Amino acid sequence: MGNVPCAVKHCLSYQQLLREHLWIGDSVAGALEPAQESAQVSGFPEYVKIVEVGPRDGLQNEKVIVPTDIKIEFINQLSQTGLSVIEVTSFVSSRWIPQMADHTEVMKGIHQYPGIRYPVLTPNLQGFHRAVAAGATEVSVFGAASESFSKKNINCSIEESMKKFEEVVKSARHMNIPARGYVSCALGCPYEGNITLQKVTEVSKRLYGMGCYEISLGDTIGVGTPGSMKKMLESVMKEIPPRALAVHCHDTYGQALANILTALQMGINVVDSAVSGLGGCPYAKGASGNVATEDLIYMLNGLGVNTGVNLYKVMEAGDFICKAVNKTTNSKVAQASFNA
Amino acid sequence: MLSEAGLPVVEATSFVSPKWVPQMADHAEVLKGIQKFPGVNYPVLTPNFKGFQAAVAAGAKEVAIFGAASELFTKKNINCSIDESLQRFDEILKAARAAGISVRGYVSCVLGCPYEGKISPAKVAEVTKKLYSMGCYEISLGDTIGVGTPGAMKDMLSAVLQEVPVTALAVHCHDTYGQALANTLTALQMGVSVMDSSVAGLGGCPYAQGASGNLATEDLVYMLAGLGIHTGVNLQKLLEAGAFICQALNRRTNSKVAQATCKL
Repeated sequence: MGNVPCAVKHCLSYQQLLREHLWIGDSVAGALEPAQESAQVSGFPEYVKIVEVGPRDGLQNEKVIVPTDIKIEFINQLSQTGLSVIEVTSFVSSRWIPQMADHTEVMKGIHQYPGIRYPVLTPNLQGFHRAVAAGATEVSVFGAASESFSKKNINCSIEESMKKFEEVVKSARHMNIPARGYVSCALGCPYEGNITLQKVTEVSKRLYGMGCYEISLGDTIGVGTPGSMKKMLESVMKEIPPRALAVHCHDTYGQALANILTALQMGINVVDSAVSGLGGCPYAKGASGNVATEDLIYMLNGLGVNTGVNLYKVMEAGDFICKAVNKTTNSKVAQASFNA
Repeated sequence: MLSEAGLPVVEATSFVSPKWVPQMADHAEVLKGIQKFPGVNYPVLTPNFKGFQAAVAAGAKEVAIFGAASELFTKKNINCSIDESLQRFDEILKAARAAGISVRGYVSCVLGCPYEGKISPAKVAEVTKKLYSMGCYEISLGDTIGVGTPGAMKDMLSAVLQEVPVTALAVHCHDTYGQALANTLTALQMGVSVMDSSVAGLGGCPYAQGASGNLATEDLVYMLAGLGIHTGVNLQKLLEAGAFICQALNRRTNSKVAQATCKL
């Protein structure tokens, strides 16, 4: 297709086009020039909250153990991008997740900027207490819509896990600490295959009922497609209002943005993502994992949806962490932009 | 291998001068050498009348012509204006009609141009309409540099659909910024039912070094299968074709489905 030399990348018009598309949705820095704003597309929310899970879900699945000071610097950089929620670490036993062994140091070491939330995973009451002692002011509990996954992942049944989470969420509420609930395998399980809509809805409802302010529905192995996303959300939304829901899509089969688009069209306005698409998939060797925050922001900017996040700064943080874990970014936007 | 995978259309080669595209220098041998499965179309690119004649001589039954919605892109690419390019294509279309050969039209830069930047949906509609009225049975709308997002796709298609029926339209999304599948889904939601893609997501982007190019056919088929949409394509055989060509090119696949499935 065409025979144009690479010199075009220096073309002013292309730079301008990129600037318009890599639109800086940075509300913190002040008003944008009207010319730079995309008109908001109908059928989509005005604002989407991005929950950045790179430091936890992303790094957790990376082979290279990242030193504590790098993790802290990474999170501090993310804090300057306009992101309003950054998942810091997981207070889980280092026996299970060695990458998160330094959870206390990281939690204590990061600079907690005002207006930004720094949730941490707390699989049980012990982890919860440690998290609070280390300065956590928001926690997350990780459930699953699959019995097999629950058994393999946290060595107990869904019912048993719910009882543990109830303890955590109860304590959290008592201390005025918000708790977020995750439901893994919402669109498929690596062990059981198909997961019924009723099960996903039941587990989500249970977590919401015990006091989680938000439920993040995770396509853990990325097998979902827009059709299955729609059906799952329709079912869950009968029990839980859309404002209390988020989607956490993995890009293992390249479906993440299409699935997120579908969720947005259905009224969801909270989306989880990881800078640089960090974290492979522990269930499919060599496959990718989280959807890249940069690619998500690019799409949202194009849709005229406000995120408050500065895409350039996110790309810089992505560049930093990729060098630290010695791997190339999984973000297409970063691949296209850094070489352009 | 692609024919065996059940794909109904496989773009075989380009009858362009090897001076411009050395990779396609063996166009005649390739077209003569492939096994043509019944029911499968094998269109070839024909940038000018000379190429068209060579394609016909080599047995082509369908050809494709490449226009653009951007004056600057047309100038830089084929050294003439859009109008002049359409006049050249008209020559091909007339001869093709006389010979009973179908012609597919491509419109590049429908969601942005590496030289002009923003492209108006009205311009895309205008060029598309001209190609359609000149006799192209189908027009493939290409996001050449992959900058489009679902909103832009929607606006562009809305403008084009006012001039050309949806049954004559296709989308050709590039994944340079990871937006291809989301954009293709949007087109699907608007009634477009013909999509271009490339096995293993072959082909980088000449405008952004190191960036990816075409949407991977495996990932597209995966989404369509999940949506219960019939394509006639056997994903397993498609994956095999992708693995074959990646090995030959000594490169990693750009398809996420292939990466997840083949564990390579």
